[in-house]
Amino acid sequence: MLDAIQQLGRVTLGFFERLGRGHLFLLQVLVSLPGIVLRPGLVLRQVYSVGVLTLVIIVVSGLFVGMVMGLQGYNTLVDFGAEESLGVLVALSLVRELGPVVTALLFAGRAGSALSAEIGLMKATEQLSGMEMMAVDPIQRVIAPRFLAAFLSMPLLAAIFSAVGVYGGWFIGVGLLGVDDGAFWAQMQDKVDLYDDIYNGVIKSIVFGFVVGWIALFEGSDTLPTAEGVSRATTQTVVHSALVVLGLDFVLTALMFGD
Amino acid sequence: MPEPVVKIRDLRFARGNRMIFDGVDLDIYADCVTAIMGPSGTGKTTLLKLIGGQLRPLSGSIHVYGEEVPHLGRQALYRLRRRIGMLFQTGALLTDIDVFENVAYPIREHTRLPEALVRDLVLMKLEAVGLRGAARLMPSQLSGGMARRVALARAIALDPMMVLYDEPFTGQDPISMGVLVKLIRELNDALDLTSIVVSHDVAETCAIADYAYLLSDGKVVEHGEPAALRESSSDWSQQFLKALPDGPVAFHYPAVPFRDDLLQGGQH
Repeated sequence: MLDAIQQLGRVTLGFFERLGRGHLFLLQVLVSLPGIVLRPGLVLRQVYSVGVLTLVIIVVSGLFVGMVMGLQGYNTLVDFGAEESLGVLVALSLVRELGPVVTALLFAGRAGSALSAEIGLMKATEQLSGMEMMAVDPIQRVIAPRFLAAFLSMPLLAAIFSAVGVYGGWFIGVGLLGVDDGAFWAQMQDKVDLYDDIYNGVIKSIVFGFVVGWIALFEGSDTLPTAEGVSRATTQTVVHSALVVLGLDFVLTALMFGD
Repeated sequence: MPEPVVKIRDLRFARGNRMIFDGVDLDIYADCVTAIMGPSGTGKTTLLKLIGGQLRPLSGSIHVYGEEVPHLGRQALYRLRRRIGMLFQTGALLTDIDVFENVAYPIREHTRLPEALVRDLVLMKLEAVGLRGAARLMPSQLSGGMARRVALARAIALDPMMVLYDEPFTGQDPISMGVLVKLIRELNDALDLTSIVVSHDVAETCAIADYAYLLSDGKVVEHGEPAALRESSSDWSQQFLKALPDGPVAFHYPAVPFRDDLLQGGQH
């Protein structure tokens, strides 16, 4: 019994200690951000590897998610003779929820895990120590550009996901199932609000980019410099990012749409 | 007697419950090659990291060029590190850029030299370690020994005042080893460097060292000129320097008697 309480205490303390380290890490990264404005090349390179290389999975997933939405939406709406509202259904689902959330989950799996593994391996092979001994701050040169790249890429990827998804829904609804083309777009234009829907979706994706980047880079930096440590960091990045994104999505949705 | 450039007094450092250093005193003098030797696990690399300010001691003082390293702020520490080059045991090369860019890295980070001059400087450093021809190879294409030589070129790229060598001879073939041994001595003399060589390659290190410290169990066991240490009456020094199997240094990690372990029948 005592052992169990001790163990519980140790795990709780460990959790809060790590949480504290994570916040200190974030603070260091945020403080170094102004310094990298002078080195846009560092950020652009990371935007390519974090953002551009994630594009394929985002486009393909967005297309399929949109197509599924089109099919499911049509089957439900047609019973009520409301199939012309398919455009609104697809667009609102994507812009408000699926775009930011699914993109964040895919981003954590593709780019977040890669960031953790890269930073973890740099730590294991003493590259970060080597930079410190060359009087180069690894937070500024390595971590901050990657963080900024994740932060910038997420909203763009989420926007692309939603746009491709809408076309996927259109292809199924209008192209294959015979929904009226004009009604599909007109209703969407009428019902999707720039502020309530699109801006709120963008805010969600910015928040998700921030936390996924933070989690991925912290897991990589805080891991043990061994093969097992790197493997655990990548797994934890995906698991923690997914949980935090889904949890935050509920909170943000409640704040934005819960009247 | 001149003032030492590195002065360590009553240094204590622990990892978890294990004391790595328990009252170490050590002086490093300018323009000398000082060897720090000892069996694996005695904290030789840790000592270099303490000198470079990457680790903080539990207690004691570490003065480098008159500055108390554990108390330095980040800016001051980085200023000090610009005067120190370090050769890591693994090389610690940046794996996403090639050999040339690795050597150019500290030059580009800390100076605003024209590209032509950067190129000349890098080629000079690579020529010194015999790897000018490998300038466009990626670190993954280098052997362990070559990576260490590139790391040496990088460590001296900014013409530091002091170079810390962490196991520079490990994994070198006999030819590279001979060149490297000579190179460390010549660099030290030609550039008026101060060199600290951490190693357990006794013959090579003693051949170039002006002074040597022997570390064991968290303490300095003995120190002096290598020739004098070889004649030392200490059993420990004799065993280590002459690589004898029997002596005060146990080969085996502490364990229960072998017989008891075998008779336990697989129980741990």
